[in-house]
Amino acid sequence: MLRTALTLALALGLFGYSSALFAQERPIAFEGATIYPISSEPIENGTFVVHEGKILAVGTTGEVSIPSGAERRDASGFIIMPGLVDTHSHIGGGDGGDRTSPLHPDVRISDAIDVRSDTFKKARTGGVTVANVMPGSGHLLSGQTAYLKLRDANTIYGMLIEDENLHDGFAGGIKMANGTNPLRQAPFPGTRARSAALQRELFIQAQEYQQRMADDPGTTRNLRLESVVEALEGKRIIHFHTHRHDDIMTVIRLQREFGFRVVLHHVTDAWLVADEIAEAGIPSSIIVLDTPGGKLEAINLLYKSGHYLEEAGADVAFHTDDGVTDSRLFFRMAAFAVRDGMSREKALEALTLAGARMLDLEDRVGSLEPGKDADFILLTGDPFSVYTHVQQTWIDGVKVFDRDNPDQLPYATGGHEIYRGDFFDHYSTGGAQ
Amino acid sequence: MRLLNLIAALITAACFLFVSEARAQQFAVLGDTVYTMSSEPIFNGVVLINDGKIERVGNASDISIPDGYEVFEAPVVTPGIIDTRSVVGLSGIFNVPHDQDQLETSNPFQPDLRAIDAYNAREDLVVWLRNLGITTVHTGHGPGALASGQTMIAKTFGNTVEEAVIDSVTMVAFTLGPSVSSNFNNNPGSRSRAMAMLRAEFIKAQEYMNRDGGSRDLKMETMVSVLNGEIRAMIGAHRVTEIMSALRLQREFGFDLVIEGASEAYLVLDELKEAGVHIILHPTMVRTRGETTNAAFTTASVLAEAGIPFTFQSGYEGYVPKTRVVHYEAGIAVANGLSFNHGLSALTIDAARFLGIDDRTGSLEAGKDADIVLWEGDPFEYTNRVCTVFINGALASDKCQ
Repeated sequence: MLRTALTLALALGLFGYSSALFAQERPIAFEGATIYPISSEPIENGTFVVHEGKILAVGTTGEVSIPSGAERRDASGFIIMPGLVDTHSHIGGGDGGDRTSPLHPDVRISDAIDVRSDTFKKARTGGVTVANVMPGSGHLLSGQTAYLKLRDANTIYGMLIEDENLHDGFAGGIKMANGTNPLRQAPFPGTRARSAALQRELFIQAQEYQQRMADDPGTTRNLRLESVVEALEGKRIIHFHTHRHDDIMTVIRLQREFGFRVVLHHVTDAWLVADEIAEAGIPSSIIVLDTPGGKLEAINLLYKSGHYLEEAGADVAFHTDDGVTDSRLFFRMAAFAVRDGMSREKALEALTLAGARMLDLEDRVGSLEPGKDADFILLTGDPFSVYTHVQQTWIDGVKVFDRDNPDQLPYATGGHEIYRGDFFDHYSTGGAQ
Repeated sequence: MRLLNLIAALITAACFLFVSEARAQQFAVLGDTVYTMSSEPIFNGVVLINDGKIERVGNASDISIPDGYEVFEAPVVTPGIIDTRSVVGLSGIFNVPHDQDQLETSNPFQPDLRAIDAYNAREDLVVWLRNLGITTVHTGHGPGALASGQTMIAKTFGNTVEEAVIDSVTMVAFTLGPSVSSNFNNNPGSRSRAMAMLRAEFIKAQEYMNRDGGSRDLKMETMVSVLNGEIRAMIGAHRVTEIMSALRLQREFGFDLVIEGASEAYLVLDELKEAGVHIILHPTMVRTRGETTNAAFTTASVLAEAGIPFTFQSGYEGYVPKTRVVHYEAGIAVANGLSFNHGLSALTIDAARFLGIDDRTGSLEAGKDADIVLWEGDPFEYTNRVCTVFINGALASDKCQ
């Protein structure tokens, strides 16, 4: 714990957060907007007040007291809702584990992220304010993930979210995978059963390490097992890439054996085993693509998984898997789930609060409630309409994207020498398997 | 597993055939808004279908529905959607060597490869597109070779290529740019060498055209058809360098040029306009990396404003999703400055004219093939499904997707 505190102090003191973070000394009141707090019913003609990076008030215009000295902005015609939480993304140009091993629990994606990457700028134009940036792909365990606030940061410390319960002091999970994704030449597994055996073996080693540490705190530190123990203790959530129905059931089986907290990712066949997923009480972070196929495991990737999971009573979020889909079009994915039966309410929650829950960040982000971080977006119309644009994106009370800003608009639309093309490519990293 | 799937598919197909044979071939489609694409939209419109063709189109107050016509209703009715550059049918859903026939990598120059020899009319991706309202595809050999092969036009209907095809040799697919080098072990390994190789083939074709007798050369026969304008050269070109090279080749050899891709078209509008070239624009949502790093959501609207003719494409995808959906791509263009009407005409009548099939499809007019799509609302809205599709006057899909 002392080590964690030191890490934090170092991070805050030496590197500092974005100076803009605490600059918002004057409250801002957005008036006249339609507000989707997500945690409660939509508010027509609402007022939304933020101050010093936090949400001060949300309510019907006239019923919300606006602090004296507040800057008042007319937001009529806009929808205000929480910033989007992307539960699985590869923005930031990071990498993850290499090909020397199928298991890299000691690898941290936060050591490999370029905060100046265009991909962050693009994601802000899509309304994404928090992303679970994942290492990978193509391992049984490709490393530790980083939950990032997409602030306009100078160094990685301007994006990381502190978490004193973890050894490295910053919030993140673990990325695991099964199915065909990690299958390749030795030392990688060649079959599904071998994949599960290797994963099981790692968890057993971690259990034993956990016991050794409990018996003797002076035990030599094992960096590889440390993060797995954090997962066993529920401090770190395992984000498990899985497509086929039987692979989904394997994750559920492993979870029962070892009791870790897990979120299923992609979950292509979710609509086939929605009841089993719900019964296990395991949340799903799903992806919806225009068309099924492209790899064997994705031939049943249909628009209806969100609907089926909702019906079954399972928790559902969405993710971009950027660059598989484009963060600028994150709303589009939710709209396609709505197209095939998911409720609008659940689909909006799946873009925000449900994702926050799956990252253990629901106390800070994902809904518009007083005291939460002022992470929000202004939309020009219905969230599920193709014609709607994200007008503004705010993080911690600081505006990080404005469609009216001619310097920022091109990040939303593209053009000559706007992007450097520096995004993660699943295809060339073995994702096609 | 695969065998079972195949058997199931065959049984389904057999049932489907039986059902469609037994059903009435006379239909009346009622639409709150009918976009005919040959006139102003008709509110409370009716389209009568008889024996595969559109019999009559007009206002519900002017047309009484004859006895025996099965009635379908929808908020929005449009002509069948036309995808002007796809590889479906050659590229399959599984993405394994067994179902990937859009690019043959033994030789970078193979204009003689025929699309009809590789098109799988029963491909799941074709069915997927059909259910979403795409009734005609210009499909065939993919990007990635100097000349990868020929393209064809097919209806997304029928069990064999013979049933589906409406034009068996439409264009030859050429590609300029670094993808050719990576597909062919750097031979050609540079832009200028690729151009030198292409130029040599065109010159060879000129000589072949003018020779007396000699043995047949299928590659050269195809190239002669390109040179004398019987079939068009579709050159994939994204960067300005490649676009200008395509225009230069066209000037040197005088063939009928179509540019496909054109990520940086907005940088050379004057040149494209002067050349009078048609653009098959890259998928609007194409991933912005490599040659398409500079692609923009706004390019369709910029081309429209400049008066440059263009249509949309689903293109080729190497991973997920295995095919794009052309009206989804157009929707993003419409959301970024292109007019609704232009977006819809680029998918229908403009596409039909461009492909030379406007005598058969592309608009709702009496005498044309009854290729008709029934929508829950605005075709570009994400949440509006396609609920019924007619192709050649037959009920091709009646489930909402």
